[in-house]
Amino acid sequence: MDHLSELWPVIALTLRLALVTTIFLLVVGTPIAWALARCQSRWKEPLAAIIAMPLVLPPTALGFYLLLALGPDGPGGWIAELWGARSLAFTFAGLVIGSMVYSLPFVVQPIRNAFETIREPTLEAARTLGASPIDIFFRLALPLAKRGILTGAILAFAHTVGEFGVILMIGGDIPGETRVASVALYDFVETLEWGKAHILAAGMIIFAFLVVLTALLLGNSQRESIN
Amino acid sequence: MKPDCITAHFKGLVGTFYVDAKFEIPLLGVTALFGPSGSGKTTILRCIAGLTRLQGELKVGSWTWQDSKQFTPTHLRSIGYAFQHAELFPHLTVAGNLAFAGKYSDRRQGHRLRINSADIVALLGLEPLLNRQPNKLSGGERQRVSIARALLSQPRILLMDEPLASLDQAAKEEILPYIESLNRTSGIPVIYVSHDIGEVARLADRVLQISEGQVVGMGPIGEMIERLGLDAGVPAFEESALLKGRIASHDQTNRITQIDLSPGELAAPNINLPVGQEVRVRVRARDVAVALERPRAISIRNILSATVAECVAQENMGSADIILDIGDQRLRARITLASLSDLNLQPGQQVYALIKSVTFDGR
Repeated sequence: MDHLSELWPVIALTLRLALVTTIFLLVVGTPIAWALARCQSRWKEPLAAIIAMPLVLPPTALGFYLLLALGPDGPGGWIAELWGARSLAFTFAGLVIGSMVYSLPFVVQPIRNAFETIREPTLEAARTLGASPIDIFFRLALPLAKRGILTGAILAFAHTVGEFGVILMIGGDIPGETRVASVALYDFVETLEWGKAHILAAGMIIFAFLVVLTALLLGNSQRESIN
Repeated sequence: MKPDCITAHFKGLVGTFYVDAKFEIPLLGVTALFGPSGSGKTTILRCIAGLTRLQGELKVGSWTWQDSKQFTPTHLRSIGYAFQHAELFPHLTVAGNLAFAGKYSDRRQGHRLRINSADIVALLGLEPLLNRQPNKLSGGERQRVSIARALLSQPRILLMDEPLASLDQAAKEEILPYIESLNRTSGIPVIYVSHDIGEVARLADRVLQISEGQVVGMGPIGEMIERLGLDAGVPAFEESALLKGRIASHDQTNRITQIDLSPGELAAPNINLPVGQEVRVRVRARDVAVALERPRAISIRNILSATVAECVAQENMGSADIILDIGDQRLRARITLASLSDLNLQPGQQVYALIKSVTFDGR
């Protein structure tokens, strides 16, 4: 139980980071997914590639540039000055921004897929009934893509919980501020605290299994509802 | 005062063919866009809706929806559109689909609130379907919901793109009466795309004939039916003429309805409409024969006295079409070239038209 009370702040911070990141990602990622699904622009696939890059980039490479961007000499630093801070690096806000960039493809891809299954004539019918593009997005596209959105949210949440490299690069290991589960686990292993390491590692494995299973089941029911 | 019109000219490349369609139709009754598949009918309808954008102009009544300077987006045009495959919103119930239509109607140009949801639900018989999901409906039911939904957006014109084409015959028969009564009860002008001459004859007041992206003919249904017979768009055996008349009497024992053509009377299989009601019957050219004297002792009951207006020999088919005047109406008879020379028919000649069967086309 001692273990748990010591671990609780770490777990709570991890969940808080994942939750805040997921909410912001849905707000940002859904319109991007809609644009990628609907636009005919030749810039569409290059944009999609940029968004998907975190899938293949080493987190340290991404983290390095994020660190520069969030630091005192980057845009993050300029924003931080608004409330008198020097930098967004090594702060909770910085972690949220970094996590958003890192998990963006996990939100955009399933939602884009869901949007792409909506048939063009369905949207045309809405237009002939007087629905503007904004109305169509909120009244038709979002409800029709709700399973894709849920899948995207679950994956973003889980991916943020499991994030390590980027966080280490831009957030370090400040207890209560940036010390999330994956980083703490690394520390426990370094300091040979196997008991605590087991709790975190096993917990994350169970959590990951549940998340992936849920996402798969959601994907199946979406296919069934289309057929 | 001149009635409101749709004045349109669309031109541009669509897929592999060039559309150049110019027309003016009154905002009244039912206008059919008729032509073979792939002739550009649907493209023209989509241009009116703003779903497809070609160059050109479009005026509907006093509003300009398209000219060289502007293009009103679809959602601001006061139109209703019935799609070939209904296109109901799968995540909403029937009631939800109908409610969706009412939400945005007040923003559109020329909105006039006058169609009441309860009336439409009653007109199209949707009461028992309201809580159903679209995927639990039959094709015919879906199409009825789609038409109701289009009407509830309070349109100034209703555009219908072959709403019956994807349905089987039974479902067609189920819906046709609804569409027929629609224009009469709501007063909303309808533009109806079809390649089915039977549907057109039954529903339309006037026909805009489309061929290869161009308007090649336009006129009242009676004239056009007769003319359309001359065109390749209609299978030869379907070439027909339309006769207007009033129900004169019913013979319940023989299940026959007498139709007064003034001059002349026609017997048709029982038509379930009140005496005095105006109706149209379609008579196919191949069902009409010509005699120089009134034949007696013959099974054919419909024998009308007529004047030959024109003889059109169709050498390649070995047949001739005789255009007959019956009062101010016209009939078409298909006879062989041999009969034509035997009878030596000449314009102005008095003959008898023998009609083997008639098809009741409504109204």
